[in-house]
Amino acid sequence: MSKSLRIASDDIWKNKVEKVNAEVFTLTYGSIVAQLVRDFKNDYNQVNAQLEKMGYNIGIRLIEEFLAKTNQGRCSSFKETAEVISKVGFKIFLNITPQVTNWSTDSKQFSLIFDENPLEEFVELPDDEKAKQQLWYSNVLVGVLKGALEMVQLDVDAEFVSDVLRGDDRTELKLKLNRVLKDEIPTGED
Amino acid sequence: MNALIRKKAFNKQEKDKLLIQYHIEAPSFVMSNHQDIIHSSSVNQTTFKGGYNPSLGPVQLPSSYQSQIASSSKNQKNIYDHSLSRRAPEVNLSSLAFLFSSIVDYSQKSSKGIQELEARLNAYGYSIGTKVLEIITLREGKNAKREIKVVGILQFIHTQVWKSLFGKIADELEKSSDSDDEYMITDNLPLISQFISVPKEFGQLNVAAFTAGIIEGILDSAYFQANVSAHTVEKPGLPLRTVFFIKFDHGVIERETIRFGK
Repeated sequence: MSKSLRIASDDIWKNKVEKVNAEVFTLTYGSIVAQLVRDFKNDYNQVNAQLEKMGYNIGIRLIEEFLAKTNQGRCSSFKETAEVISKVGFKIFLNITPQVTNWSTDSKQFSLIFDENPLEEFVELPDDEKAKQQLWYSNVLVGVLKGALEMVQLDVDAEFVSDVLRGDDRTELKLKLNRVLKDEIPTGED
Repeated sequence: MNALIRKKAFNKQEKDKLLIQYHIEAPSFVMSNHQDIIHSSSVNQTTFKGGYNPSLGPVQLPSSYQSQIASSSKNQKNIYDHSLSRRAPEVNLSSLAFLFSSIVDYSQKSSKGIQELEARLNAYGYSIGTKVLEIITLREGKNAKREIKVVGILQFIHTQVWKSLFGKIADELEKSSDSDDEYMITDNLPLISQFISVPKEFGQLNVAAFTAGIIEGILDSAYFQANVSAHTVEKPGLPLRTVFFIKFDHGVIERETIRFGK
Protein backbone atom coordinates (compact mmCIF):
# COMPACT_ATOMS: atom_id res chain seq x y z
CA MET A 1 0.00 0.00 0.00
CA SER A 2 2.67 2.45 1.00
CA LYS A 3 4.52 1.98 -2.26
CA SER A 4 1.55 2.82 -4.41
CA LEU A 5 0.92 5.84 -2.19
CA ARG A 6 4.41 7.02 -2.88
CA ILE A 7 4.09 6.64 -6.62
CA ALA A 8 0.75 8.40 -6.68
CA SER A 9 1.99 11.32 -4.61
CA ASP A 10 5.15 11.63 -6.69
CA ASP A 11 2.91 11.97 -9.68
CA ILE A 12 0.81 14.64 -8.02
CA TRP A 13 3.94 16.53 -7.00
CA LYS A 14 5.35 16.39 -10.50
CA ASN A 15 2.29 17.16 -12.53
CA LYS A 16 -0.38 18.80 -10.45
CA VAL A 17 1.49 21.15 -8.20
CA GLU A 18 2.69 24.63 -8.98
CA LYS A 19 6.06 25.04 -7.35
CA VAL A 20 8.07 27.86 -5.91
CA ASN A 21 11.64 28.30 -4.72
CA ALA A 22 11.82 26.84 -1.21
CA GLU A 23 14.14 29.61 -0.07
CA VAL A 24 11.45 32.22 -0.49
CA PHE A 25 9.27 30.05 1.71
CA THR A 26 12.02 29.56 4.30
CA LEU A 27 12.86 33.25 4.42
CA THR A 28 9.22 34.29 4.61
CA TYR A 29 8.61 31.92 7.51
CA GLY A 30 11.76 33.17 9.19
CA SER A 31 10.65 36.77 8.98
CA ILE A 32 7.27 36.01 10.56
CA VAL A 33 8.84 34.05 13.43
CA ALA A 34 11.33 36.86 14.02
CA GLN A 35 8.50 39.40 14.02
CA LEU A 36 6.45 37.34 16.48
CA VAL A 37 9.43 37.10 18.79
CA ARG A 38 9.69 40.89 18.66
CA ASP A 39 5.94 41.40 19.05
CA PHE A 40 5.73 39.15 22.09
CA LYS A 41 8.96 40.55 23.55
CA ASN A 42 10.81 37.22 23.58
CA ASP A 43 8.01 35.37 25.35
CA TYR A 44 8.60 32.18 23.38
CA ASN A 45 5.64 30.32 24.83
CA GLN A 46 3.35 32.94 23.37
CA VAL A 47 5.22 32.73 20.07
CA ASN A 48 4.63 28.96 20.02
CA ALA A 49 0.95 29.48 20.70
CA GLN A 50 0.60 32.10 17.98
CA LEU A 51 2.42 29.93 15.44
CA GLU A 52 0.11 27.06 16.28
CA LYS A 53 -2.91 29.29 15.86
CA MET A 54 -1.70 30.45 12.46
CA GLY A 55 -1.05 26.85 11.54
CA TYR A 56 -4.53 25.81 12.60
CA ASN A 57 -6.08 28.43 10.34
CA ILE A 58 -3.91 27.18 7.51
CA GLY A 59 -4.75 23.55 8.22
CA ILE A 60 -8.51 23.92 8.06
CA ARG A 61 -8.18 25.40 4.57
CA LEU A 62 -5.28 23.30 3.39
CA ILE A 63 -7.24 20.06 3.77
CA GLU A 64 -9.55 21.20 1.02
CA GLU A 65 -6.75 21.47 -1.48
CA PHE A 66 -5.36 18.17 -0.25
CA LEU A 67 -8.63 16.38 -0.92
CA ALA A 68 -9.13 18.05 -4.26
CA LYS A 69 -5.67 17.14 -5.52
CA THR A 70 -5.43 13.59 -4.17
CA ASN A 71 -8.91 12.06 -4.38
CA GLN A 72 -8.00 10.43 -1.12
CA GLY A 73 -10.84 8.50 0.43
CA ARG A 74 -11.50 7.90 4.10
CA CYS A 75 -8.67 6.14 5.91
CA SER A 76 -9.60 2.81 7.45
CA SER A 77 -7.24 3.11 10.40
CA PHE A 78 -5.06 5.64 12.17
CA LYS A 79 -2.07 3.73 10.80
CA GLU A 80 -3.20 4.48 7.30
CA THR A 81 -3.78 8.10 8.26
CA ALA A 82 -0.18 8.33 9.44
CA GLU A 83 1.11 6.96 6.14
CA VAL A 84 -1.03 9.37 4.16
CA ILE A 85 0.07 12.35 6.25
CA SER A 86 3.71 11.58 5.66
CA LYS A 87 3.79 10.22 2.13
CA VAL A 88 1.06 12.31 0.58
CA GLY A 89 0.40 15.37 2.74
CA PHE A 90 3.94 16.42 3.48
CA LYS A 91 5.05 15.30 0.05
CA ILE A 92 2.72 17.45 -1.98
CA PHE A 93 2.96 20.54 0.20
CA LEU A 94 6.58 20.59 1.28
CA ASN A 95 8.17 17.89 -0.90
CA ILE A 96 9.39 15.93 2.11
CA THR A 97 8.35 12.57 3.58
CA PRO A 98 8.97 12.45 7.31
CA GLN A 99 9.37 8.97 8.80
CA VAL A 100 6.51 7.47 10.77
CA THR A 101 7.75 5.64 13.88
CA ASN A 102 7.35 5.16 17.61
CA TRP A 103 3.88 3.66 17.48
CA SER A 104 2.30 3.21 20.87
CA THR A 105 0.90 -0.24 21.59
CA ASP A 106 -2.71 0.88 21.22
CA SER A 107 -1.90 2.35 17.77
CA LYS A 108 -3.17 5.73 18.82
CA GLN A 109 0.07 7.62 18.95
CA PHE A 110 3.05 7.94 16.64
CA SER A 111 5.91 10.26 15.84
CA LEU A 112 7.00 11.98 12.67
CA ILE A 113 10.75 12.30 12.29
CA PHE A 114 11.93 15.11 10.03
CA ASP A 115 15.24 14.44 8.31
CA GLU A 116 14.79 17.62 6.36
CA ASN A 117 12.53 20.53 7.00
CA PRO A 118 12.20 23.42 4.57
CA LEU A 119 11.11 25.70 7.42
CA GLU A 120 14.43 25.28 9.19
CA GLU A 121 16.94 25.56 6.34
CA PHE A 122 19.81 27.83 7.38
CA VAL A 123 18.16 28.68 10.66
CA GLU A 124 19.95 29.28 13.90
CA LEU A 125 18.24 30.06 17.17
CA PRO A 126 19.52 33.02 19.16
CA ASP A 127 22.35 32.32 21.54
CA ASP A 128 20.33 32.87 24.68
CA GLU A 129 19.43 29.60 26.35
CA LYS A 130 15.83 30.66 26.76
CA ALA A 131 15.11 30.38 23.05
CA LYS A 132 16.68 26.94 22.89
CA GLN A 133 14.59 25.73 25.81
CA GLN A 134 11.25 27.26 24.93
CA LEU A 135 10.85 28.03 21.25
CA TRP A 136 9.50 25.38 18.89
CA TYR A 137 10.55 27.03 15.68
CA SER A 138 8.39 24.93 13.35
CA ASN A 139 5.35 25.00 15.61
CA VAL A 140 3.18 26.12 12.71
CA LEU A 141 3.21 22.46 11.58
CA VAL A 142 1.54 21.39 14.82
CA GLY A 143 -1.33 23.73 14.08
CA VAL A 144 -1.56 22.67 10.45
CA LEU A 145 -1.85 18.99 11.41
CA LYS A 146 -4.43 19.66 14.12
CA GLY A 147 -6.52 21.88 11.87
CA ALA A 148 -6.40 19.63 8.83
CA LEU A 149 -7.16 16.44 10.78
CA GLU A 150 -10.01 18.06 12.65
CA MET A 151 -11.66 18.74 9.30
CA VAL A 152 -11.64 15.01 8.59
CA GLN A 153 -13.17 14.21 11.98
CA LEU A 154 -9.94 13.32 13.77
CA ASP A 155 -9.33 15.07 17.04
CA VAL A 156 -5.60 14.87 17.70
CA ASP A 157 -3.00 16.28 20.03
CA ALA A 158 0.23 17.27 18.37
CA GLU A 159 3.46 18.61 19.78
CA PHE A 160 7.14 18.77 19.02
CA VAL A 161 9.26 16.75 21.43
CA SER A 162 12.67 17.50 19.96
CA ASP A 163 14.23 19.75 17.34
CA VAL A 164 17.69 19.79 15.80
CA LEU A 165 17.71 23.57 16.16
CA ARG A 166 17.75 23.08 19.92
CA GLY A 167 20.74 20.78 19.64
CA ASP A 168 18.70 17.55 19.69
CA ASP A 169 19.71 14.66 17.46
CA ARG A 170 16.55 14.76 15.45
CA THR A 171 13.35 16.66 14.95
CA GLU A 172 10.37 14.74 16.25
CA LEU A 173 6.70 15.65 16.23
CA LYS A 174 4.33 13.50 18.27
CA LEU A 175 0.74 12.96 17.21
CA LYS A 176 -1.90 11.40 19.46
CA LEU A 177 -5.42 10.49 18.43
CA ASN A 178 -7.95 11.54 21.05
CA ARG A 179 -11.14 10.48 19.38
CA VAL A 180 -12.88 10.24 16.08
CA LEU A 181 -15.43 13.03 15.89
CA LYS A 182 -18.92 12.18 14.80
CA ASP A 183 -20.32 13.58 11.62
CA GLU A 184 -22.58 16.23 12.98
CA ILE A 185 -25.02 18.44 11.23
CA PRO A 186 -23.81 22.00 11.69
CA THR A 187 -26.02 23.95 14.05
CA GLY A 188 -28.49 26.23 12.41
CA GLU A 189 -29.16 23.93 9.48
CA ASP A 190 -32.06 21.59 9.05
CA MET B 1 4.37 53.77 9.08
CA ASN B 2 5.74 53.13 12.55
CA ALA B 3 7.46 49.91 11.63
CA LEU B 4 9.21 51.60 8.76
CA ILE B 5 10.49 54.42 10.88
CA ARG B 6 11.63 51.96 13.52
CA LYS B 7 13.50 49.98 10.90
CA LYS B 8 15.38 53.02 9.64
CA ALA B 9 16.08 54.19 13.17
CA PHE B 10 17.44 50.78 13.98
CA ASN B 11 19.83 50.91 11.05
CA LYS B 12 21.04 54.26 12.16
CA GLN B 13 21.50 53.03 15.71
CA GLU B 14 23.60 50.15 14.43
CA LYS B 15 25.82 52.56 12.53
CA ASP B 16 26.23 54.79 15.57
CA LYS B 17 27.13 51.78 17.66
CA LEU B 18 29.82 50.82 15.19
CA LEU B 19 31.25 54.32 15.24
CA ILE B 20 31.29 54.36 19.01
CA GLN B 21 33.00 51.02 19.15
CA TYR B 22 35.67 52.22 16.82
CA HIS B 23 36.35 55.31 18.89
CA ILE B 24 36.61 53.30 22.06
CA GLU B 25 38.97 50.78 20.60
CA ALA B 26 41.26 53.14 18.77
CA PRO B 27 42.68 55.08 21.73
CA SER B 28 43.25 51.98 23.82
CA PHE B 29 45.41 50.62 21.05
CA VAL B 30 47.45 53.80 20.72
CA MET B 31 48.14 53.79 24.42
CA SER B 32 49.07 50.16 24.45
CA ASN B 33 52.00 50.93 22.23
CA HIS B 34 53.58 52.96 24.98
CA GLN B 35 52.34 51.55 28.22
CA ASP B 36 51.64 47.91 28.66
CA ILE B 37 49.86 48.43 31.96
CA ILE B 38 47.08 50.48 30.41
CA HIS B 39 46.72 48.00 27.63
CA SER B 40 46.18 45.06 29.93
CA SER B 41 43.59 46.85 32.04
CA SER B 42 41.67 48.08 29.01
CA VAL B 43 41.52 44.55 27.67
CA ASN B 44 39.70 43.47 30.77
CA GLN B 45 37.11 46.16 30.33
CA THR B 46 36.22 45.76 26.70
CA THR B 47 34.26 42.70 25.72
CA PHE B 48 36.13 40.47 23.36
CA LYS B 49 35.29 40.61 19.70
CA GLY B 50 36.83 38.14 17.31
CA GLY B 51 37.46 38.91 13.68
CA TYR B 52 39.72 41.33 11.89
CA ASN B 53 40.78 44.54 13.55
CA PRO B 54 42.38 46.89 10.99
CA SER B 55 44.97 48.15 13.48
CA LEU B 56 45.80 44.82 15.11
CA GLY B 57 45.29 42.29 12.35
CA PRO B 58 43.31 39.11 12.88
CA VAL B 59 41.99 38.75 16.41
CA GLN B 60 41.74 35.26 17.85
CA LEU B 61 38.72 34.32 19.86
CA PRO B 62 39.50 33.16 23.40
CA SER B 63 39.90 29.40 23.62
CA SER B 64 36.67 29.09 25.63
CA TYR B 65 34.75 30.46 22.64
CA GLN B 66 36.45 28.11 20.24
CA SER B 67 35.70 25.04 22.31
CA GLN B 68 32.07 26.13 22.37
CA ILE B 69 31.96 26.29 18.60
CA ALA B 70 33.75 22.96 18.31
CA SER B 71 31.42 21.20 20.74
CA SER B 72 28.30 22.48 19.04
CA SER B 73 29.49 21.26 15.67
CA LYS B 74 30.32 17.82 17.03
CA ASN B 75 26.86 16.67 18.01
CA GLN B 76 24.93 18.39 15.28
CA LYS B 77 25.48 19.71 11.84
CA ASN B 78 26.32 23.35 12.01
CA ILE B 79 24.51 25.54 9.50
CA TYR B 80 27.88 26.65 8.19
CA ASP B 81 28.50 23.07 7.04
CA HIS B 82 25.67 23.13 4.54
CA SER B 83 26.61 23.79 0.99
CA LEU B 84 25.21 27.00 -0.42
CA SER B 85 25.48 26.03 -4.03
CA ARG B 86 23.11 23.07 -3.79
CA ARG B 87 20.32 23.50 -6.27
CA ALA B 88 17.51 25.21 -4.47
CA PRO B 89 14.72 22.80 -3.51
CA GLU B 90 11.12 23.61 -4.21
CA VAL B 91 7.90 23.58 -2.25
CA ASN B 92 4.28 23.82 -3.27
CA LEU B 93 3.24 27.34 -4.20
CA SER B 94 0.10 26.84 -2.11
CA SER B 95 2.22 26.37 1.01
CA LEU B 96 3.74 29.79 0.43
CA ALA B 97 0.31 31.22 -0.35
CA PHE B 98 -1.15 29.82 2.87
CA LEU B 99 1.77 31.11 4.89
CA PHE B 100 1.64 34.52 3.29
CA SER B 101 -2.09 34.86 3.79
CA SER B 102 -1.70 34.06 7.48
CA ILE B 103 1.01 36.70 7.69
CA VAL B 104 -1.27 39.26 6.07
CA ASP B 105 -4.05 38.21 8.42
CA TYR B 106 -1.85 38.54 11.50
CA SER B 107 -0.43 41.89 10.37
CA GLN B 108 -3.85 43.22 9.57
CA LYS B 109 -5.12 42.43 13.06
CA SER B 110 -2.22 44.20 14.65
CA SER B 111 -2.21 47.33 12.54
CA LYS B 112 -4.59 50.26 12.62
CA GLY B 113 -4.84 51.18 8.99
CA ILE B 114 -3.84 50.31 5.46
CA GLN B 115 -0.69 52.38 5.68
CA GLU B 116 0.48 50.63 8.81
CA LEU B 117 -0.35 47.25 7.34
CA GLU B 118 1.69 48.02 4.23
CA ALA B 119 4.54 49.27 6.36
CA ARG B 120 4.49 46.02 8.32
CA LEU B 121 4.50 43.90 5.17
CA ASN B 122 7.30 46.05 3.85
CA ALA B 123 9.29 45.39 7.02
CA TYR B 124 8.86 41.63 6.61
CA GLY B 125 10.20 41.84 3.09
CA TYR B 126 13.04 44.13 4.11
CA SER B 127 14.63 41.52 6.35
CA ILE B 128 14.37 39.02 3.50
CA GLY B 129 15.92 41.39 0.97
CA THR B 130 19.11 41.84 2.94
CA LYS B 131 19.63 38.07 2.98
CA VAL B 132 18.64 37.51 -0.63
CA LEU B 133 21.33 39.88 -1.90
CA GLU B 134 23.95 38.04 0.11
CA ILE B 135 22.95 34.56 -0.96
CA ILE B 136 22.64 35.39 -4.66
CA THR B 137 26.03 37.10 -4.70
CA LEU B 138 27.66 34.23 -2.82
CA ARG B 139 26.21 31.72 -5.25
CA GLU B 140 27.67 33.56 -8.21
CA GLY B 141 31.08 32.95 -6.69
CA LYS B 142 33.87 34.28 -8.86
CA ASN B 143 31.48 35.80 -11.35
CA ALA B 144 29.85 37.94 -8.69
CA LYS B 145 30.09 41.60 -9.37
CA ARG B 146 29.45 44.49 -7.10
CA GLU B 147 27.08 46.83 -8.84
CA ILE B 148 28.04 50.46 -8.48
CA LYS B 149 25.62 52.04 -10.92
CA VAL B 150 21.96 52.65 -10.22
CA VAL B 151 20.94 51.08 -13.49
CA GLY B 152 23.19 48.11 -12.86
CA ILE B 153 21.68 47.23 -9.50
CA LEU B 154 18.17 47.72 -10.86
CA GLN B 155 18.85 45.35 -13.72
CA PHE B 156 20.25 42.87 -11.24
CA ILE B 157 16.98 43.03 -9.27
CA HIS B 158 14.83 42.96 -12.38
CA THR B 159 16.45 39.81 -13.76
CA GLN B 160 18.56 37.77 -11.32
CA VAL B 161 16.66 38.46 -8.12
CA TRP B 162 13.25 38.07 -9.72
CA LYS B 163 14.33 34.89 -11.42
CA SER B 164 15.64 33.22 -8.32
CA LEU B 165 12.74 34.31 -6.12
CA PHE B 166 9.79 34.06 -8.44
CA GLY B 167 11.07 31.91 -11.29
CA LYS B 168 10.65 34.56 -13.99
CA ILE B 169 12.07 37.95 -14.75
CA ALA B 170 10.10 41.07 -13.99
CA ASP B 171 8.18 42.59 -16.85
CA GLU B 172 9.39 46.14 -17.15
CA LEU B 173 12.08 48.40 -15.82
CA GLU B 174 11.58 52.08 -16.46
CA LYS B 175 13.02 55.41 -15.44
CA SER B 176 10.68 58.18 -14.50
CA SER B 177 10.67 60.97 -17.05
CA ASP B 178 9.92 63.63 -14.45
CA SER B 179 12.63 63.00 -11.98
CA ASP B 180 16.18 61.68 -11.85
CA ASP B 181 15.80 59.66 -8.72
CA GLU B 182 12.68 57.67 -9.55
CA TYR B 183 12.54 54.27 -11.22
CA MET B 184 9.85 51.68 -11.68
CA ILE B 185 9.86 47.91 -11.90
CA THR B 186 6.66 46.32 -13.13
CA ASP B 187 5.34 42.83 -12.54
CA ASN B 188 2.22 41.88 -14.47
CA LEU B 189 1.30 39.03 -12.17
CA PRO B 190 3.06 39.18 -8.81
CA LEU B 191 3.43 35.71 -7.38
CA ILE B 192 2.35 36.50 -3.85
CA SER B 193 -0.65 38.69 -4.69
CA GLN B 194 -2.33 36.00 -6.73
CA PHE B 195 -3.98 34.35 -3.77
CA ILE B 196 -4.93 37.38 -1.73
CA SER B 197 -8.20 39.02 -2.55
CA VAL B 198 -8.42 42.55 -1.27
CA PRO B 199 -11.83 43.55 0.08
CA LYS B 200 -13.32 46.78 -1.24
CA GLU B 201 -13.02 48.63 2.03
CA PHE B 202 -9.27 48.18 1.87
CA GLY B 203 -9.13 50.33 -1.22
CA GLN B 204 -5.61 50.81 -2.42
CA LEU B 205 -3.97 48.09 -0.35
CA ASN B 206 -1.43 46.14 -2.32
CA VAL B 207 0.07 43.18 -0.51
CA ALA B 208 3.05 43.32 -2.85
CA ALA B 209 4.31 45.86 -0.32
CA PHE B 210 6.04 42.73 0.90
CA THR B 211 7.95 42.43 -2.37
CA ALA B 212 8.63 46.16 -2.27
CA GLY B 213 10.25 45.53 1.09
CA ILE B 214 12.46 42.86 -0.44
CA ILE B 215 13.62 45.32 -3.11
CA GLU B 216 14.23 47.97 -0.49
CA GLY B 217 16.26 45.54 1.61
CA ILE B 218 18.43 44.62 -1.34
CA LEU B 219 18.98 48.25 -2.37
CA ASP B 220 19.78 49.39 1.15
CA SER B 221 22.29 46.65 1.77
CA ALA B 222 23.91 47.31 -1.61
CA TYR B 223 24.35 50.95 -0.49
CA PHE B 224 21.71 52.34 -2.82
CA GLN B 225 19.44 53.76 -0.13
CA ALA B 226 15.91 54.04 -1.43
CA ASN B 227 12.25 53.92 -0.56
CA VAL B 228 10.19 51.39 -2.45
CA SER B 229 6.41 51.19 -2.57
CA ALA B 230 3.99 48.98 -4.48
CA HIS B 231 1.06 50.34 -6.46
CA THR B 232 -1.62 48.53 -8.37
CA VAL B 233 -1.79 49.84 -11.92
CA GLU B 234 -4.34 47.75 -13.76
CA LYS B 235 -4.24 47.05 -17.44
CA PRO B 236 -6.88 45.23 -19.43
CA GLY B 237 -6.53 41.56 -18.62
CA LEU B 238 -3.96 42.21 -15.92
CA PRO B 239 -5.88 43.19 -12.78
CA LEU B 240 -2.96 42.51 -10.45
CA ARG B 241 -0.31 44.38 -12.42
CA THR B 242 1.89 46.05 -9.87
CA VAL B 243 4.37 48.85 -10.25
CA PHE B 244 7.18 49.01 -7.72
CA PHE B 245 8.02 52.63 -7.36
CA ILE B 246 11.64 53.18 -6.35
CA LYS B 247 12.76 56.55 -5.08
CA PHE B 248 16.46 56.79 -4.33
CA ASP B 249 17.86 58.97 -1.60
CA HIS B 250 19.30 62.25 -2.74
CA GLY B 251 22.83 61.14 -1.84
CA VAL B 252 22.74 58.14 -4.14
CA ILE B 253 21.97 60.28 -7.18
CA GLU B 254 24.55 62.84 -6.17
CA ARG B 255 27.17 60.12 -5.85
CA GLU B 256 26.22 58.78 -9.24
CA THR B 257 26.64 62.22 -10.81
CA ILE B 258 30.05 62.74 -9.22
CA ARG B 259 31.26 59.29 -10.23
CA PHE B 260 30.01 59.03 -13.73
CA GLY B 261 29.23 62.61 -14.68
CA LYS B 262 26.59 63.56 -17.09
